Amino acid sequence: MSVTATMLPVVARPRRRVSFRAAFGLGALLLIGGSAVLAPQLAPWDPARQMLTKRLRPPMWQAHGLREHPLGTDHLGRDILSRILHGGRISLGVGLTAVTLSALIGVTLGLLAGFFGGRADALIMRIVDVFLAIPYILLAMGVVFALGPSLLNVILVMGATRWVQFARIVRADVLSIREREFVAGARARGNRPLRLLLRHVLPNALTPIIVVATLELAFMIIYESALSFLGLGVQPPTPTWGWMLADGRNYVATAWWLATFPGLAIMLTVLAVNLLGDWLRDTLDPRLKV
Amino acid sequence: MVGYVGRRLLQSLGVLLGVSVIVFGLLHLTGDPTRLLLPLEAREEDVRQLRALLGLDDPLWVQYGRFLARAVRGDFGLSFKHQVPALALIFQTLPATLQLTAAGLGLALVVAVPAGILSALKRNSLLDALCSVGVLLGQAMPVYWLGLLLIMVFAVGLGWFPAAGRDGWTSIVLPATALGAFSMARIARMARSGMLEVLAQDYVRTARAAGIRTFVVTYKYALKNAAIPLVTIIGLEFGILLGGAVITETIFAWPGVGRLAVDAIFSRDYPLVQAIVAVLATLFVVINLVIDLVYTYLDPRIVYVRSAR
Repeated sequence: MSVTATMLPVVARPRRRVSFRAAFGLGALLLIGGSAVLAPQLAPWDPARQMLTKRLRPPMWQAHGLREHPLGTDHLGRDILSRILHGGRISLGVGLTAVTLSALIGVTLGLLAGFFGGRADALIMRIVDVFLAIPYILLAMGVVFALGPSLLNVILVMGATRWVQFARIVRADVLSIREREFVAGARARGNRPLRLLLRHVLPNALTPIIVVATLELAFMIIYESALSFLGLGVQPPTPTWGWMLADGRNYVATAWWLATFPGLAIMLTVLAVNLLGDWLRDTLDPRLKV
Repeated sequence: MVGYVGRRLLQSLGVLLGVSVIVFGLLHLTGDPTRLLLPLEAREEDVRQLRALLGLDDPLWVQYGRFLARAVRGDFGLSFKHQVPALALIFQTLPATLQLTAAGLGLALVVAVPAGILSALKRNSLLDALCSVGVLLGQAMPVYWLGLLLIMVFAVGLGWFPAAGRDGWTSIVLPATALGAFSMARIARMARSGMLEVLAQDYVRTARAAGIRTFVVTYKYALKNAAIPLVTIIGLEFGILLGGAVITETIFAWPGVGRLAVDAIFSRDYPLVQAIVAVLATLFVVINLVIDLVYTYLDPRIVYVRSAR
């Protein structure tokens, strides 16, 4: 045994064990993401194909269920499994783009507010308060309805209403980072503010951004399907989980599977993302506990 | 303290001013609203006349000034669809929404606070495990899906509660549960971690070492301190619940502001949409102002921390 080893204080290494929860979340997410990407290959049927002779068939394990429609068919005779697989493309795709957009807006504003402080900070933080005060779902509905519910508009509105979380967390972090010595050092070496921000401040604020982005992704998936459910999401014939739920709403009394399976898909996806986000937060940045 | 209250009041007014800009912008998003007011076959001359009448030819800032001056007096104009003052419609439906939101939040608190505290006290027990599964599911279930499931099971299947409408106390059970579930999960989680944090504090250990009974230490010392952060999230939670009420009311046909809003959006009833957004935002700002002031009363350190910034 070497001398240095015995002289070192005994410090328990933080355990980086991947928990069951995290493994489950990651596994489920890979499965859902993979099946969304491969939906055209995996889906047994064209999701838009209507087979009116086979309307409202229950899942295959129930009486009158058909083996070629494992999760049953909807009121127009469309295959529910195929629609769920294709719907995942919209949910995950829109969710990811909307989170990226809101992160871009929020991180930029958070950086500016935290780094420059003063009037810029006061102004940006008041804008944050304004966005917190307005029920975002109403704002989103109003704007989407006015502009027309297209894929692009849905993403833009979702991104533009949820950036607040990023702005708050980044600002708080930058407030402390800018006081650190390496920032002063970089400044003394003559770095311009923009370079200082992008090369020295931003990389050190990245951890909470990643954590918030994961948790926001879960939120965006719910948000997208809520807009869809209300008829303001991506329009048919593109299948989305929210639309499927809205269709199923009219059949809660007679065909339970219409509303149950797409909801299950949303819940599983959100659960998986949340588990992953929790794990990221606990390992990367335990301070962020909400 | 007085300075803090004054600053906080001024800040709230600023936020409301910002809200008014966005609400004003909503109407102008579609461009010219005159076309919506007139029948399709209206002549160009009529359109121009109405534009002048509504003052839409004035510069935008003049129009905004006029809008703000009227909004401050609670005048958002007539609802296009119902032809009555927008604010009157809101005051008719607001009680139903507040009732639903309060029931949802109340239910969430009644279940979540004890559940969170017990999980913290009996850490790693079966109860803790069950609660954390409940929290995960509650946070992942969208309110509209939970609502549909509740209708399927408890209204259609078992027939215990009505599936829709607002008639008697049984009708609020399902919508309040659907609406409150998400908050329930968040509050339980916060209560658990808050309690764990407080229990690890030195003063709790000291109190125990001094021979004060565990019961008193947990419920008198620890609980009080764990409650403080909960108070602030209740304000934010209320805002989330108001947003959630929009969807819950649609599913359960609950005659509140949320359903009125959805209806107004789909019938392009802009004055009504504007008024609803403004009223809900004002409600949120006022409630959070009150909660902030209560918070500073509970924990006077806050004032100094905030004014230091």
